[in-house]
Amino acid sequence: MGSGLRRFQDKLAYGLGALCVGVAIVPLASILFEVVRNGVSALSPQFLTSPPGVFGQAGGGIANAIQGTAILLALASAMAVPFGLLSGVYLAEFGDNKYGRTVRFLNDVLTEFPSIVIGILVYSIIVLAMRGFSTIAGAVALAIIMLPIITRTTEESIKIVPSSIRDAAMALGIRRWRATISVVLSTARSGVITGILLAIARVSGETAPLLLTVLGSQFFFNGLSQPIAALPLTIYRDANLPYAFARQQGWGAALVLILMVLGLNIGVRLATRGRYNSLRSRV
Amino acid sequence: MEDFKIQTQKLNAWFGNNHALKDISLGIRQNQVTAIIGPSGCGKSTLIRCLNRMHELVPGARSSGSVLLDGANIYSRGIDPVTVRRRVGMVFQKANPFPTMSVYDNVAAGLKLNGVRNPDTLDEAVKRSLEQAFLWDEVRDDLDNSGASLSGGQQQRLCIARALAVEPEAILMDEPCSALDPIATAKIEQLITNLKEKYTVVIVTHNMQQAARVSDVTAFLYLGQLIEYGGTTSLFENPKEELTERYLTGKFG
Amino acid sequence: MTRTVKEKNSSVRTRSLIRLFERLRQFSTDDFFEISSTLFAAIVVVILALTAVVLTRGSIPAFDAYGISFVFGSDWSAVAGREVYGALPYILGTLVTSAIAMGVGVPISLGIAIFLAEMAPGSIRNPLSQLIEILAAVPSVIYGFWGLLVFRFWIVDLIEKPLSRDFGTIAVFQGTPFGLDILTAGLILAIMIIPTVSSISKEVMMAVPSSQREAAYSIGATRWEVVRIGVLNYSRSGIFGAAILGLGRAVGETMAVTMVIGNAIGPAAFPGSLFQSGQTLSSLIANEFGEANPGSLLLSSLIGLGLILFAFALIINVFAQLMVWKVLRVKGRVE
Repeated sequence: MGSGLRRFQDKLAYGLGALCVGVAIVPLASILFEVVRNGVSALSPQFLTSPPGVFGQAGGGIANAIQGTAILLALASAMAVPFGLLSGVYLAEFGDNKYGRTVRFLNDVLTEFPSIVIGILVYSIIVLAMRGFSTIAGAVALAIIMLPIITRTTEESIKIVPSSIRDAAMALGIRRWRATISVVLSTARSGVITGILLAIARVSGETAPLLLTVLGSQFFFNGLSQPIAALPLTIYRDANLPYAFARQQGWGAALVLILMVLGLNIGVRLATRGRYNSLRSRV
Repeated sequence: MEDFKIQTQKLNAWFGNNHALKDISLGIRQNQVTAIIGPSGCGKSTLIRCLNRMHELVPGARSSGSVLLDGANIYSRGIDPVTVRRRVGMVFQKANPFPTMSVYDNVAAGLKLNGVRNPDTLDEAVKRSLEQAFLWDEVRDDLDNSGASLSGGQQQRLCIARALAVEPEAILMDEPCSALDPIATAKIEQLITNLKEKYTVVIVTHNMQQAARVSDVTAFLYLGQLIEYGGTTSLFENPKEELTERYLTGKFG
Repeated sequence: MTRTVKEKNSSVRTRSLIRLFERLRQFSTDDFFEISSTLFAAIVVVILALTAVVLTRGSIPAFDAYGISFVFGSDWSAVAGREVYGALPYILGTLVTSAIAMGVGVPISLGIAIFLAEMAPGSIRNPLSQLIEILAAVPSVIYGFWGLLVFRFWIVDLIEKPLSRDFGTIAVFQGTPFGLDILTAGLILAIMIIPTVSSISKEVMMAVPSSQREAAYSIGATRWEVVRIGVLNYSRSGIFGAAILGLGRAVGETMAVTMVIGNAIGPAAFPGSLFQSGQTLSSLIANEFGEANPGSLLLSSLIGLGLILFAFALIINVFAQLMVWKVLRVKGRVE
């Protein structure tokens, strides 16, 4: 193998690598372009503030879906955050044993679990018991999906808190639990909040578990035991309708959803980059 | 000009804003062992990493000045660093065999990169290199074992064999014994003395006794500057510079 | 007499009470903290165990009615009195679409990881990585919507029509190129696994000690050869784990697939040709769940499909996590 050939191989590998990056960016660019282009023409104040019109007819908007998604996310966070925080604290503080490792491992497994299976679980234990699709069932399903993400990020952000900070707190004669909650968690705060926001971003687009738990609705929120609308469900239903206006509405809903999800993601990235830097320089 | 194998001229090196080497000019002769000594952080590792263009692989690192290998500047435009590194081999502080490769493949790796495919040639080169590295007798029956299965000292000799296999002209050793016990160290020192019959050897060490034992010429570096450079015996017995004397007598470093 | 007995009794009682109080007093808030957080952490175990139990119990009627032919049967009919449900076409549909996703997605992801971890100029590494990670943030229903209205036509025009014209007689290319089929589903899955596989592979590669790269450089390796012998060799088990993690994503993905796979049912859903409508386990669950009444065999069968999916996902993920864990957990990976 001559050195010319080897240099060519090197260039080829570089070119192929760059090509792969390009191949991945094309769909991303196309998705963003199409969603923005088609979605913007659907957007109007009326689209954002009114519920859908009569089924199968043009007009109306996605206000109920926006409200539904907001309610589902709020309820799901209210359930997932306490559990996720404490699980994360446990793993970081006491998790260096067999039980801790098992929990950590299963937590990783649950993070990657198909969300539709979570949908079946919640359907079986809540929807069947309550004899109907409900807001609360959907919120539980989303909470279960959020839980491992929050646990994981909480654990990681506590672990990067330098032990000197904890030692300093303990040296003041503070009990361990107070030291953890007041000093360690507040030092790790930005990481923990990042985790919660990323978890919200992740589930705000979840559709499959909602199909099995809240079903969807044409109306505004009507009680925890009633079905509710959600943005992803609106997009899915619109995709299945044979009307041009449904497609238009779908693009509009997709734009709102993607703005929300990417806004959360990018915002968190930008915000924490600065904060973690300052944290790093403090260490 | 005397014909040095390797010669640096006004060599400067930086890591970001940190000026690690300042105007180093020294010549290294063939078939000699040249030792580079000095307190930690004095730039001795940086210096030898400039001799085969490994320095530039560190992000933010740069250099100026020239390094002549057989009279030709290895930093000239158009010189492929890959070729330079093939001609000037290197052994590192911590043994770094390829853990997923067998002992045999570790040694043969460089040759295979250069297109050597003939099994007989490879067998012969592997045996020769392992013999030169004083390792053949210990591993001849375990050539298929993983390179990582050897002991620390054996791993370091495996890395030396790997460097020798491509038949370089010079070998750079960056504190090759710092992670080894005295017995393994003695073996490698013996090996270094043998190697100079065929190669040009440059060794960085923080161990002055080691420098005294193995080298013919010694360079003393302090804060990135070349303080003194000369025959090992004379440098150790009557150093010309006060800094050298203070370092040798353990006043600092 | 009786008085002293009473006194003695009461003093015994008092002493044991005191001992209890003593123990309670020593039981500090710290113990409470540890125990309560331990209990909270158990929720993950509870959820997974509950899922296994619920899915198993829910699918018992289907297995009772059809036995093993529920797994290996291929008919799917909800006609009252002649109900029959078999999962085989959807198991195969899941496997085939995932295989396409792996075949296309993993090499691209590896290329991206190698480029971003080892080759790209430092200034563009981070922005490009962030861009690729945005792919992971796009909700799957939006992939589906885009797939249905945009991507599908790329596939028809760029891949299916040419192949169908020139190789239409070969079995895997038979059928009318319509775009709502196995190929489109597999390729959209390929796009969706790219961010997962590439970012974990990249992390695995970046965890390779630099001494390995230096070793390769020092024997005269080119940059690509350094990647090959110094980096890829060292990190192969972690990269393998990343790929398997991608497989887990592909197997469980629901909405995007549901919206582009064409949703065939029964023997027609056997994935015989790339250009043919198909169905996966998850897409069938999503499609039919709304129609299933509580207590019906249809519902039980759908839960049975969920059980099969659960088993796949569990095996794949446990395996993948074990592989990736060894490499990254030490370092602490943040999602």
